[in-house]
Amino acid sequence: MSVLVYTESLKGKFKKNAFEAASYAHKVAQDLGTTVTAVSFNAEDDASLGTYGVSKVLRVSDGSLATFNAKAYAEVLAEAAKAEGAKVIILSSSADSKFLAPILTAKLTAGYVPNVVAAPESTSPFVVKRTAFSNKGFAMTEISSDVKIIGVSSNAFGVAENNISASVEDFGPSLSDKAFAVKSVEVDRVVGKATIADADIVVSGGRGLKGPENWGMVEELADVLGAATACSKPVSDMGWRPHSEHVGQTGKPVASNLYIAIGISGAIQHLAGINASKVKVVINNDPEAPFFKAADYGIVGDAFEVVPELIEKLKEFKAQNT
Amino acid sequence: MKILVCISNVPDTTSKINFTEGDTQFDTNGVQFVINPNDEFGLTRAMWFKEKQGATVHVVNVGGAQTEPTIRKALAIGADEAIRVNAEPKDGFFVAQQLAEVVKNGEYDLIIAGRESIDYNGGMVPGILATLLDMNFVNTCIGLEIDGDTATATREIDGGKEKISTSLPLVIGGQKGLVEESDLRIPNMRGIMMARKKALNVVEPVEAAQPTQDQKFEKPAAKGPVKLVDAGNVGELVELLHNEAKVI
Repeated sequence: MSVLVYTESLKGKFKKNAFEAASYAHKVAQDLGTTVTAVSFNAEDDASLGTYGVSKVLRVSDGSLATFNAKAYAEVLAEAAKAEGAKVIILSSSADSKFLAPILTAKLTAGYVPNVVAAPESTSPFVVKRTAFSNKGFAMTEISSDVKIIGVSSNAFGVAENNISASVEDFGPSLSDKAFAVKSVEVDRVVGKATIADADIVVSGGRGLKGPENWGMVEELADVLGAATACSKPVSDMGWRPHSEHVGQTGKPVASNLYIAIGISGAIQHLAGINASKVKVVINNDPEAPFFKAADYGIVGDAFEVVPELIEKLKEFKAQNT
Repeated sequence: MKILVCISNVPDTTSKINFTEGDTQFDTNGVQFVINPNDEFGLTRAMWFKEKQGATVHVVNVGGAQTEPTIRKALAIGADEAIRVNAEPKDGFFVAQQLAEVVKNGEYDLIIAGRESIDYNGGMVPGILATLLDMNFVNTCIGLEIDGDTATATREIDGGKEKISTSLPLVIGGQKGLVEESDLRIPNMRGIMMARKKALNVVEPVEAAQPTQDQKFEKPAAKGPVKLVDAGNVGELVELLHNEAKVI
């Protein structure tokens, strides 16, 4: 009857969302009076999950699962859920978790709620709070099925340390032939740079920057802060920046600690997409830009003067604080 | 090749979101409804397969009669036929079960849905559908080529992309990248006229489970006023982010 959690890793290292999912699972397990069992794939330091409240780790070491494979991973998790008698399964809101969760949902005839932002409101009936309408609202959603699957939003519930010692067992489930019918041919992942999905800070540029040749200062600001770079929809539509950087209602959502918008007016679709960020800063020469109503801090001024100055001040700050 | 494009009827992206009946219902008052943007990228890609590879394209929506203008728009863009499953789409699993029935009856090779609808953001319909039908599935799909029974897809991952090789029958959860924003089509008068003559078949729903239920909605808490920093004193912003907001 344990709570099962899928703990994501990349090249053997657990991702931050694995610790967030484990922390959330521990909270649910406490509410239900049970313990947490994690499933890991080719991870190096399984016992470290104990820090976040995991009692038992089912370790899958299988070279054929070195690259994420949604169907195969879902088969493993379904088998683990049955072996553990788990009725609640916790995942993250990463691209991989959102790929895998619906497959698992159908396999277990479960109820699945993604984008969950807080510990369950109640566990009987089972009610969770999630974002809806692309961050323009929240829903209280009841899950009435026997098996319940929850996708936890990043940077919402957060991580909680619950230091217990985790036992580690090898888990070798049998996979169907069809598990490998969708084959990964090539993975092209940016290395050594923060990504919008898991960055603490995101620096974003809009049409106010006038052209792609002016992105140097956005990237430099991001470098100084260890931030990911992003952009508004018009900027990606005009091809100034890749689609993968488009944040907003039809692009990527952002749930960072700090979001800095440069030359972005703040269309309702953009503001929806970044609404889950905790602190928002806007730099814009138009004091009437709607973004000023959504921001915590703002500077009315020319981005081409303000941003280089901000980079200098941040470098001075870093020099004093490291 | 026979393609089924699944479309949701959603509030336009510029809509202000309000709730009614004690915050238990979405307030549709004054809201303009459109084809879900993620679905529209898929529909436009399907038009490409129709024009370049001779595919037949059907669209399907699970919804009440009020969604028919949105379905007609998909026909005006160029889909050949439409199906409406006459049921309110209360839950993703419920919708996927309805669509599975449509796919079984229509013998489709490729099913294109959006990665999520921009209203309830469940993001589960294509994956559940594929699994119920034991079809291959690629989510967050930003590129798709079909050659015979072979499919080559590109999937967006966190921090990059992944090239995928698979085969038909296939379900994809699509998004921008399948086609560009500039490829999207505005129906012309001829398309709108022709759409009126195309078949829009209404079918009744099958018995299906609904494992989740939205009980209540709320809007994000109102924000306090912005704290403005003078453009000549940028250092103050660094101070505030460090000492007050504690984010650097």
